[in-house]
Amino acid sequence: MDPVFVRDSFLQLLSGVPLTLELTAFAFVIGLVLAVLIALMQVSGLRVLRMPASAYVFVIRGTPLLVQIFLIYYGLGQFRPTLQSLGLWQFFREAYWCGILALSLNSAAYGSEVLRGALLSVSRREIEAAKACGMSGLLLYRRIILPLALRQALPAYGNELILMVKATSLVSIITMMEVTGVAARLISETYRPVEVFIAAGTIYLIINFLLTRAVSMLDWWLTPHLRGLPTTDKTEQAK
Amino acid sequence: MTELLQLVSFGPGGWGFALLIAAFMTVSVAVCGFLIGGVIGAVIAWGKLAGNLPVRFSADAYTTVLRGIPDLLVIYLFYFGGSMAVTGLFNLWGEAGFVGVPPFAAGATAIGVVSGAYQAEVFRGAFRVLAKGEIEAGKAAGMSPVLLFRRIIAPQVLRHALPGIGNIWQMALKESALISVTGLVELLRQSQIAAGSTRKPFEFYLIAGAIFLVITWLSQHVFSWLESRARRSMPGGIV
Repeated sequence: MDPVFVRDSFLQLLSGVPLTLELTAFAFVIGLVLAVLIALMQVSGLRVLRMPASAYVFVIRGTPLLVQIFLIYYGLGQFRPTLQSLGLWQFFREAYWCGILALSLNSAAYGSEVLRGALLSVSRREIEAAKACGMSGLLLYRRIILPLALRQALPAYGNELILMVKATSLVSIITMMEVTGVAARLISETYRPVEVFIAAGTIYLIINFLLTRAVSMLDWWLTPHLRGLPTTDKTEQAK
Repeated sequence: MTELLQLVSFGPGGWGFALLIAAFMTVSVAVCGFLIGGVIGAVIAWGKLAGNLPVRFSADAYTTVLRGIPDLLVIYLFYFGGSMAVTGLFNLWGEAGFVGVPPFAAGATAIGVVSGAYQAEVFRGAFRVLAKGEIEAGKAAGMSPVLLFRRIIAPQVLRHALPGIGNIWQMALKESALISVTGLVELLRQSQIAAGSTRKPFEFYLIAGAIFLVITWLSQHVFSWLESRARRSMPGGIV
């Protein structure tokens, strides 16, 4: 173990951090939009909407992410002429976009399960109260159901975010030089896997720690009604 | 479609047999890793619940670190780190050159170490459900700690942990695809080989995904059967 080498690798690995964060952010945002749609399809009660959504979630959650990445990046390359004629080849030839696509599709499937649970947890009484006030359709969703469900889903969705950060490491296998990609290069150049692992692991732990703090702050900010009296709140938590 | 069937046929020129063996390899490396993880998880959970301050702190650090770092990095650590250690040992013996660890051992250990961190959390949560009185009653009946663990604690904790354990098994199974980076010929690696030799990556990654889907689907059924069996003595659907 050589602390100086750990520090040097740490500094080199920092060059991969922007890409890791970028991939996470893209996949998270696209995934969230899709996840809301899929979750709404699943709770819609309409068979035509529910079946494809459930099938999608089942397939994505039942196969490894790496297989999905390979299928999109290497597999679709087989249809190059077709994709070129459609003008999509620019997109699918880049490991970057293929990685983002695979990560987003994945995050949509896992996220939709979290949101589905949250949508089902919105109490019927609140919906009835809103309906009694004359809300319906989109207004009901926008003002009552979605805000309540998103708030309910936040802690679990935070876990998904951490998993997403970890999942971005897989695109290093299709040549992307994010933190794990740089780490793999360093390992093969220096043959010092333990030091590189410690440095790369530290970076991931810092990222995940900061994200966890951010999510719990957001959660705190979104749940003023649970704060109430600080003293009783603390004893509640202690239990 | 017939072309696809020809690719996976068992005759000459078909990849069916190779894929079947690879699927066995995937399942066996996942099972080995999962079992190693079970032992690690039980020890860590015990450390978290019963240890003194340093033990509890190390157990917490273990689960936090291993759940926050990408699995791919852990696999690199065990494969390259293990190989470095073995090479060093052989060089002490006077033999020169690089000696690699078997990819199966490195992969199973990596899966075990990661899934151990998740299993520890599940076991700890399940242990909390155990009524204190039952342990006291066991002690009062004169059971030794080992007997108490075997007869009272383990059966009940396992029963409550079953749903969580099922999720972790699915994770371990999908994680096993990452071991393809070490060159172990499991499902994904075999598909890569087949895709390279036939120039049909799309078909083979699709097939790999389908086989993974079948395995996860089957294990889902096994676990729900186990859950319903474990719940026989708990009338009223108390989970």
